[in-house]
Parts: sequence; structure tokens; C-alpha cells
Amino acid sequence: MDRLHSALAAARRHPHLTVGALLLTFVLAIGPVGSLFVDTEGARVGTAAVDQPPAASHPLGTDSVGRDILAIIVAGTPLTLRVGLLAGALGLGVGTMLGFVAGYFGGLVDTVIRSTADVLLTVPGLLFLIVIATSLRLAVSVDMMALVIASLAWMVPTRTIRAQVLSMRERGFVQVARLSGMNDLEIIVRELLPNLLPYLAASFAAAVSSSVLASIGLEALGLGPQNEPTLGMTIYWCIYYASLLRGLWWWWGPPVAVIVLIFIGLFLVSMGLDRIANPRLQKAP
Amino acid sequence: MNLHYVLRRSGVFLLIVWAGATLNFIIPRLAPVNPIRERLMQAVSLGGAGQADLQKVVASYEARFGLDQPLWKQYFRYLGDLVQFDFGYSIAFFPTKAIDIIFEALPWTIGLLGLATLIAFAIGTLFGALLAWPRRPRILNWLAGPVLALSAVPYYLLGLMLVFLLGFNLRLFPLGGGFTLGSIPEISFSFALDVVRHSFVPALSIVLASIGFWALSMRGMMVTVLGEDYVNYAEARGLRERHVFTRYALRNALLPQSTALALALGYVVSGAVLVEAVFAYPGVGTILLRAIQTFDYFVIYGVVFLVILSIGLATLILDLVYPLLDPRITYDRS
Repeated sequence: MDRLHSALAAARRHPHLTVGALLLTFVLAIGPVGSLFVDTEGARVGTAAVDQPPAASHPLGTDSVGRDILAIIVAGTPLTLRVGLLAGALGLGVGTMLGFVAGYFGGLVDTVIRSTADVLLTVPGLLFLIVIATSLRLAVSVDMMALVIASLAWMVPTRTIRAQVLSMRERGFVQVARLSGMNDLEIIVRELLPNLLPYLAASFAAAVSSSVLASIGLEALGLGPQNEPTLGMTIYWCIYYASLLRGLWWWWGPPVAVIVLIFIGLFLVSMGLDRIANPRLQKAP
Repeated sequence: MNLHYVLRRSGVFLLIVWAGATLNFIIPRLAPVNPIRERLMQAVSLGGAGQADLQKVVASYEARFGLDQPLWKQYFRYLGDLVQFDFGYSIAFFPTKAIDIIFEALPWTIGLLGLATLIAFAIGTLFGALLAWPRRPRILNWLAGPVLALSAVPYYLLGLMLVFLLGFNLRLFPLGGGFTLGSIPEISFSFALDVVRHSFVPALSIVLASIGFWALSMRGMMVTVLGEDYVNYAEARGLRERHVFTRYALRNALLPQSTALALALGYVVSGAVLVEAVFAYPGVGTILLRAIQTFDYFVIYGVVFLVILSIGLATLILDLVYPLLDPRITYDRS
């Protein structure tokens, strides 16, 4: 009972984090829970009558190539999340490593890493991803998408972590650790990393969010895995078959709704984590 | 502001453009088979009208970028072409050059994107500033949530929802395109009105989706400035609260906010490209979508290069103008 109380109190202290986490839990559950009730075979082309509005047999209707929309959502949401989580984790991992190296060691390494990140940050990532995706020109898999997107997901984490490491490097506890004979690796892993955990968590939420954004953007242009019902590919087919002009709202509505939930959930979580990492923001409304 | 800074900043600009151009050159050559050559061969084998001309394109491509040429020679030829804005011929619309297709679309994109970004920047900045004001009207607090939530939604999905609501259901606005089909683009009042009607929903989706971003950063800036000593001093002198807010806080917070404009440009352009694709707006985004669908590589690379060039140029100009506006900033190395 006490534990429940303190959990509720914590939830009240961090409303953004709580609401965001609830939204994300819901979206994460769509795949595993949904597949208990819905046959994901229905996400394959030609398994249902075309252009059917929502009815008892197809609760969210069907699209123009005979797929059940509910089955698409159940099968596609985990795929989209997979791209986002994979690319976000890779981007954050590489970014954190580079950020530590640049911030901790400084010098020429720092200059090279920082200017590369800055130059790449200036250009719109989506365009490079388009160049990569069109040049590959072979059947892209969900995991390959994640790799391609991760190649441009490391710059923001690198800059954030580098700035934090720079400000922390000269603080007392790091100098004490250095005087007590710790080597650089030990200081980074045992002194700096734990202090950066809230930042890392907030950066992870932001990295996942921008990776999902990039994947859906690429897919909406038709550059995703053609045969997988990811949310972005669903949007692409919606545009391709002019579902909007033909009034098939049940086709484009559900994927848009799930995508919006993902983004708002991630936005709230990263905002909540930001406030924990950076208590000065708490002052503001 | 000194010469050293101008030179260094221009160097960064050249670096950005060079990096963009080089990636455009390297990436297709890293693929297992050169996709450009494949696509050209395919176009030739399909045959049809203009066959002889296409053969000429292939011949010229082979002569300039063929396997018998050393890579460094290809690279410098490529850079030389780029400097002259020569991206080659469009494969899908053969006799037309890629650059002509892009230049035709560019004014549409610059108009839509420039205007929408400026409007969003103005509204968002004002909104964010008011959010940091202790005596703001209550209604702003209620607005803040939805506005921030909208900023988390991708532009083009918001566009999809808006066009369904305003175009499909209420029939207030056209469903897509840049002007009524059949009308001839000309400089006249009725055509301008037609363009505005077609551009309204795409612009609205960009504005609504980006207000939150500007508001959030401006609020942060205002909170910092409102804590400064000179603001406390102004209050202590008994100046009117509104005066302190606008003259002392707002003006000083506005300057760092305008650097955020330079940083956000790339993000805004990516989003706007997709908005155009969703609305079939006759800008660069739609060109790009069509080029992707037909694997028209020279158009794709041309669009990518030109967008990088314009973003690099815009950030360069903003960065050079900024120290003139804000005397607190000096870029001298201490």
C-alpha cells in the first residue's frame, strides 16, 4: 500500500513523464496484446474484400488491396517501434562514445568529431537518407532501415554528451577520482556515466523520436520495406491509392493516430526526463 | 566581427557544401552495382521515343564517369559540373535538364516554406514570450498543452488531417496542387488568389506543427533573461511591468532566438519536402517524390545538392548578420 502511495506521489511530481510513459506502454502493447486477438495474416494483400468500411468482420475496415487495417496496425506498430528503438539505441551508443571521447580528451580528436557533427547537423538528414536508400535500390529490410537511419542519428547525442562531459571534467569529484589513481576509463565509466544517466535517458527518448520520424518520412516516400506493413509504408500506400480523396478515412486514420501517439508519448517522456536532468527548468511553468 | 570570423565561417560553409556534394558522389559508388548506370541501361533497354537521344546521354555519362576513368578524375569532373550547376539530364523526362526541372519548382518551395516559417516564428516567439510572463492571461496556459503536442506531430501527417477536415469534409480548400488545373500561371490577381487558396492548408500545417518548437525555445530564453540583474533593477526602479517585459526582457531574448532559426532550417526543410509530397504542391518536394519513384538519379542528386547549398547559404547569412545585431556576441577567440 505504501509503495503504491509513493509511486502515485512520484507520478504526480512528474506528470509529463507519467502520461508519456502510459502512452508509450499502450503503443508498445498494441503488437503483443493485439496479436492475441487479431490474426496478423490479415495484413497480407488480398486476404479480404477491398475498400470495406469498418464492420464486425473488419473492425477498422480494409484497404484497396484487400488488407485488414486492424491487422496492419497490430503487425506494423511493432515494426515501426523496432526501427526507432534499434536506430535510436545505435545512434545514442555511438553518439555517447564519441561525446565522451571528444569531451574528455579534447584536442584534435575533439575538433574533428565536433566539426563533423556540426557539418552533418546542418544538412537535412532526410535528404541523405533518400540518397542512401535510392542508391541501395534493393529490397530493404526493417533492420537495414534501422542501420541506415542510425548512421545519421549520432550527432545530437554526441553534442549533448560532449557539452555535459566538458562541464563535468573539471569538477571536484572527478579530480578526487583522478588523484586517487583511477585511470581515464574508470573515471568515465564509474564517475561520469552515472551522473549522466538522466541526460542519456532524455537523449535516448529524443533519438528514438527522430529515428521514428526519419523512418516514417522515408517510408512515406516509398523508400521503406515494400512488403512489410510498417506504419510509414501504410501511409505511403494511403497516398499512393489516394485514400484521402476517395474518403477512405478508416485507412489512413488509424496509422496516423498511432504515429501521433508515439510522437506525443516520446515528446512527453523526453520533456519529463529533461526536467529531472535539469532541475532549473522546473521553475518555469 | 572581424575578418578572421568571416573567413572561418565561410570556410565552414564551403565545407558543408563540399561534404554534401562528395556524399552524393560516393554513396552511389559504394552500392554493389552503380545504380546510375543500371538505371540508364534500363531506360535504354525499355526503348520508346527518344531512344537515340538516350543513347547519347549514356554515351556522355560513360565518357565522363565510365569505368575506364580513374576515380579521382571522375570526382573532379563531377565537382566541376556542380560548380556550373550542371547535374545532367533528367532520365524520366529526358530532353529536359535536371536543373531546369528543379529551378521551375524552386520558387514554389521558397514561397511556401519561407512564408510559413516566418509566420510560425513570429507567432511562436510571441506565444513563448507570453508563457514566461507572470501576468499572462489564463487561457494561454490551456493553449500551451495542445500547441506543444502539435509540435510533436510530423508536418505532413498534420497536413493529412487538416486537408481531410478543411478540404474534404468542409470543402473550404482544394485537396492538393498549387493552382487549379487548366489555369495558366500568370501574374494576375485571380491567379494569385488561386495560389493562396491552394497554399493555405499546406502552410497552415507547417505553421501549426512548428509554433510549439519556437514557443518552447523562446520561453526558455525568457526565463533566463527575466532572472538577469538588469531586469531586477528595472523592476526596482518602479518601471511599468509591461515596459520591463517588452523593452528589457523580450528584446534581449529575441536575439538568441533568431540563431535557433538558423539551426532549425534543415529540420524545417525535411518536413516541408514531405508536406509538398502529400499535397502534390508543385515544389521541390513533389519533384523529389516523382524522381524517387522513377529513380531519376540526376534530379534526386540535384535536389539534394541545391537544398544543402541553400541551407548552408541561409545559415551563413544568419551567422554573419547575427554579431551585427547583438553587440554582446564577439566571436574572437579569447
